[in-house]
Amino acid sequence: MGRLFDFMLPEAKSPTADSTDALFHFINEASLVLLLGITFALIYFAIRYRRKSEDDKTPVITHNNTLEVTWSVIPLLITFVIFGWGYTGWLNLKSVPDNAYEIQVNGYKWGWNVKYENGARTLNEIHVPEGRPIKIVLSSSDVLHSFFVPDYRIKHDVVPGRYTYVWFEAEETGESQIFCTEYCGTKHSDMLAKVIVHTEEDFQTWLEQNGGGLEGTPVEQGEQLISLQGCTTCHSVDGSQGIGPSFKGIWGKEENLADGSTVTVDENYIRESILNPGAKVVKGYGNVMTPYEGRISDEEITNIIEYLKTLK
Amino acid sequence: MATAEVSTQKTLKVQRFKPSDNPTNTFLTDEKGVWAWMTTVDHKKIGIMYLVSVAIFFAVGGALAILLRTELLTPAKTFIEADTYNQLFTLHGAIMVFFVLVPSIPAALGNFIMPMQLGAKDVAFPKLNLASFYIYVLGAIFTFIALAKNGLDTGWTFYTPYSTQSTSSVIWITMGVFILGFSSILTGTNFITTIHKMRAPGITWSKLPLNVWALYATSIIQVLATPVLAITVLLLTMEKWLGFGIFDPAIGGDPVLFQHFFWFYSHPAVYIMIVPGFGIISEVISTFSKKTVFGYWAIALSSLAIAFIGFLVWGHHMFTSGQSAVATTVFSFLTFLVGIPTGIKIFNWVTTLYKGSIKMDTPMLYVFIFLFLFSIGGFTGIMLGALSVNIHLHDTYYVVAHFHYVMMGGTLIALLAGLHYWWPKMTGKMYNETLAKISAVLIFVGFNVTFLPQFVMGAQGMPRRYYNYVDQFTSFHQTSTIGSYILGVGFLIILYYLMQSLFKGAKSPANPWNSRGLEWQATSPPDFHNFDHTPVIIHGPYDYHQPMEEFQLGLAVDTNGHDPESAKEIIDEERDQWKNYSLG
Amino acid sequence: MANHSHAHPTHLQHHFVDSDQQFEASKMGMWVFIVNEILFFGGLFCAYIVFRAWYPELFTMAAKELSTVWGAVNTVVLIGSSLTVAMAIRSAQKNQKRGIEINLLITIALACVFLLIKYFEYTHKFHLGIFPGESLYTYEGIDHPLAHVFFSIYYMMTGIHALHIIVGIGLMIWIYIRARRNEFSSEYYTPVEITGLYWHLVDVIWIFLFPLLYLIE
Repeated sequence: MGRLFDFMLPEAKSPTADSTDALFHFINEASLVLLLGITFALIYFAIRYRRKSEDDKTPVITHNNTLEVTWSVIPLLITFVIFGWGYTGWLNLKSVPDNAYEIQVNGYKWGWNVKYENGARTLNEIHVPEGRPIKIVLSSSDVLHSFFVPDYRIKHDVVPGRYTYVWFEAEETGESQIFCTEYCGTKHSDMLAKVIVHTEEDFQTWLEQNGGGLEGTPVEQGEQLISLQGCTTCHSVDGSQGIGPSFKGIWGKEENLADGSTVTVDENYIRESILNPGAKVVKGYGNVMTPYEGRISDEEITNIIEYLKTLK
Repeated sequence: MATAEVSTQKTLKVQRFKPSDNPTNTFLTDEKGVWAWMTTVDHKKIGIMYLVSVAIFFAVGGALAILLRTELLTPAKTFIEADTYNQLFTLHGAIMVFFVLVPSIPAALGNFIMPMQLGAKDVAFPKLNLASFYIYVLGAIFTFIALAKNGLDTGWTFYTPYSTQSTSSVIWITMGVFILGFSSILTGTNFITTIHKMRAPGITWSKLPLNVWALYATSIIQVLATPVLAITVLLLTMEKWLGFGIFDPAIGGDPVLFQHFFWFYSHPAVYIMIVPGFGIISEVISTFSKKTVFGYWAIALSSLAIAFIGFLVWGHHMFTSGQSAVATTVFSFLTFLVGIPTGIKIFNWVTTLYKGSIKMDTPMLYVFIFLFLFSIGGFTGIMLGALSVNIHLHDTYYVVAHFHYVMMGGTLIALLAGLHYWWPKMTGKMYNETLAKISAVLIFVGFNVTFLPQFVMGAQGMPRRYYNYVDQFTSFHQTSTIGSYILGVGFLIILYYLMQSLFKGAKSPANPWNSRGLEWQATSPPDFHNFDHTPVIIHGPYDYHQPMEEFQLGLAVDTNGHDPESAKEIIDEERDQWKNYSLG
Repeated sequence: MANHSHAHPTHLQHHFVDSDQQFEASKMGMWVFIVNEILFFGGLFCAYIVFRAWYPELFTMAAKELSTVWGAVNTVVLIGSSLTVAMAIRSAQKNQKRGIEINLLITIALACVFLLIKYFEYTHKFHLGIFPGESLYTYEGIDHPLAHVFFSIYYMMTGIHALHIIVGIGLMIWIYIRARRNEFSSEYYTPVEITGLYWHLVDVIWIFLFPLLYLIE
């Protein structure tokens, strides 16, 4: 604590930050010393050896092997230290403790779907217990994203077609910001989420309350689904303009499509537009939606349709 | 080994050619008119055409940057939409990288100065040189077509699968970059050949100006790296157009493979941008301290070392991408190795000043600014090379600040140093020194106000390419925006006094800085053929302890294309100051 | 430096000191360009290596669709053309004008044969529905979900190579015309020499492409 460059880093909230922060401070302080040295030399020489006359004679100093070796080898040794230090810290970031609690996180344009072991699901919120290593398994359903939690000093790209992971251990209850750090389009900068840290007890209670899937009538489930699945990121339910057409009054509507044809919004159109959104794009909107093929069950689609019918 | 033969030694008759301070014929007075310029094969005119193009693109890229910074004054929308913002930062990056930084020093200043530093009349392939320029223009046209159609919103890195799915004009831009690549390749090919084959008598490898060494290293990178960029963007175009299945995971490809391909070029590309800047720094620092560059070979060879090691570190852009752990470790290690030659250069430059006769004219002022800013760029590069820290800092504003310190604080400041240094040579005019110094200080201040806060907010967690941001970063963003306005004013002042110099500037003597460099032994502006004699070099380019006269030697009888036997007859015995000089 | 009996030869461009310098510069320029080309194809070879390492069975299956016989014939054709272009250079060195012309014509003819065979290979595949890229590929004879990737690489590699052949033919026609105009002699045959260098490169690349694409077991 109390390092010169403390102001640059957010407060560390996971043991994964320890080695990173120590190295960050070391490099900053070493660099500052060198930078001050170089700057001082520059200013001193500029004043001490300023040109007095155009006929100034300067000594012929071509090179000095001792000096060259010194300022090659010493920085080399310092960088070796930095390399080793960074490498061990990174190994720690890669080696998930065996007892880690696993949570599935799926990035899509533009949000984070979170799934827990007992089937509980959240959107843009990761609920975790404190004091326990957490392994986040990352996947993407469309383009590259990147999962970044500054408080924990962890980051990993979320790559379509493969699984990646990060781990951390939240040291105290509270919230930490999650950013998407791989550019992914219009709402890249709104692809935010939070880690919400509970005490172990609170977490278990939360998990039980939210486990076991959705409850209620199909319409109620549909309403929860459109926010859990991130539909509302782009489609409003109140008729306001979004990246996609609003859901308000959509049922039974005649839509003009980008290719000039029209279509009536019915069960089959909605189903197709969820699973393969590029097939019939409404005029005036871009073909930017992620296909939900494989991410949503038929029953869920039916529930969503039931809910959409109610949005008059 | 022809030890028995003495014929490897040749004796040249040399004579002093003092350049006139009031030349009547220059490359600017010969071949006038727009058509003559457009069809010229003269490396000097081509260099100036590049310089003008680069300046225009820089103005465009700079204006985009100002728009971006203005939008970032407040979180969420300030005055433009998210999609527009995404297009603006993409274009800012693409234009600054491909149209400004890559061609700026080699194709503009290098084209003008390098053949003169070699004592050659032109580059080895003058027509190819002109072709390179038009290929560059063609690439620019493709880019403008893309802008007129749907723009580009992928970021300058074109990461798949976003780029293959994007509805913006990706294909036009990738084809533009593909075409542009050939301009770069041909310039590199031309320069390598020129440096090998077109040196005037006496310019051995150990007497090559460091600017030429730097351009040589740059050309090697251009030749080896750019073809890979060409094939990468071609594959990307095909991926998007026909669905090749190489980079897009939806049809069997791998996005990480694209990143490998892309950075295999784009990392060496940063050395294409910065290494020529090193050359300028060496030239200016020697001239304005009237002293031999300290550690000539250390500086010359470290450029080559950077060129080669630079090819082995591309993976350090991908520590968080999911590349293999072994690759990550090796790339991190090599990244530190490439930092060493850069450090060596800085130490050698600073030591050059020791016991010099230092004059703080504008070019030298820019060198000092360079040494300060580039050092910060270097140190933060070490920070980013460290694996664990990189995980935290990757794709944040810390990286944005780092590469602006390297590319703008390094390359662009070096370019400004070179521009102010060689401006009298290129135009024959002096510029307003006071205004020049004021703008240099403004740029220095503006630059730091813009980018220092970005280090802090990046380390705090602010990701790059963000239209919107969380409130805690507001004050950093606003400071940064104010800095960018100061920078803008600095550049406008430069534009003002350079234009003023062009039309009303005082006449420059042939060698206003009393440099020993060969390019200064021609008139300002130079003759159409650079020198009206074949220069002969007997001293190194930085031998300030030798008299100026001995840097102004040329063949007493120009045997260009003539039979030396018959040339003997033309020798006018009346001419004085002839010397016999043996070249080894 | 050798003495030159001819003062200011017409082929000497103004910025060179003498013919030797001009010749050496041109030759070196072409060598550097060849390095370029190797790196250019190198990128494609990397893509090839990566995908072959990932999906070895795809490559064995898909390569069966390529005609080894015609590939082999084309290899012989190209090697033959490399020989004739070398002979054209030899003729130039010996001041044999007819030799340059005839050898160039044979080279051009062989290059055209190569392209013709390539054309038939391509159309045959198009006929089957083997097109580059996932969106056009319709052939069902290869039981692999990524069959289109192999042919993307195949078309890209052979297509760019064919483009080089076409450029080469253009260059050789130009050289042929200049030879007819008596521009070359043992004193000056730089364009013949560097075109020959280029042609050897095109040949060598094919010698790598042939086994990599056609001869996978």
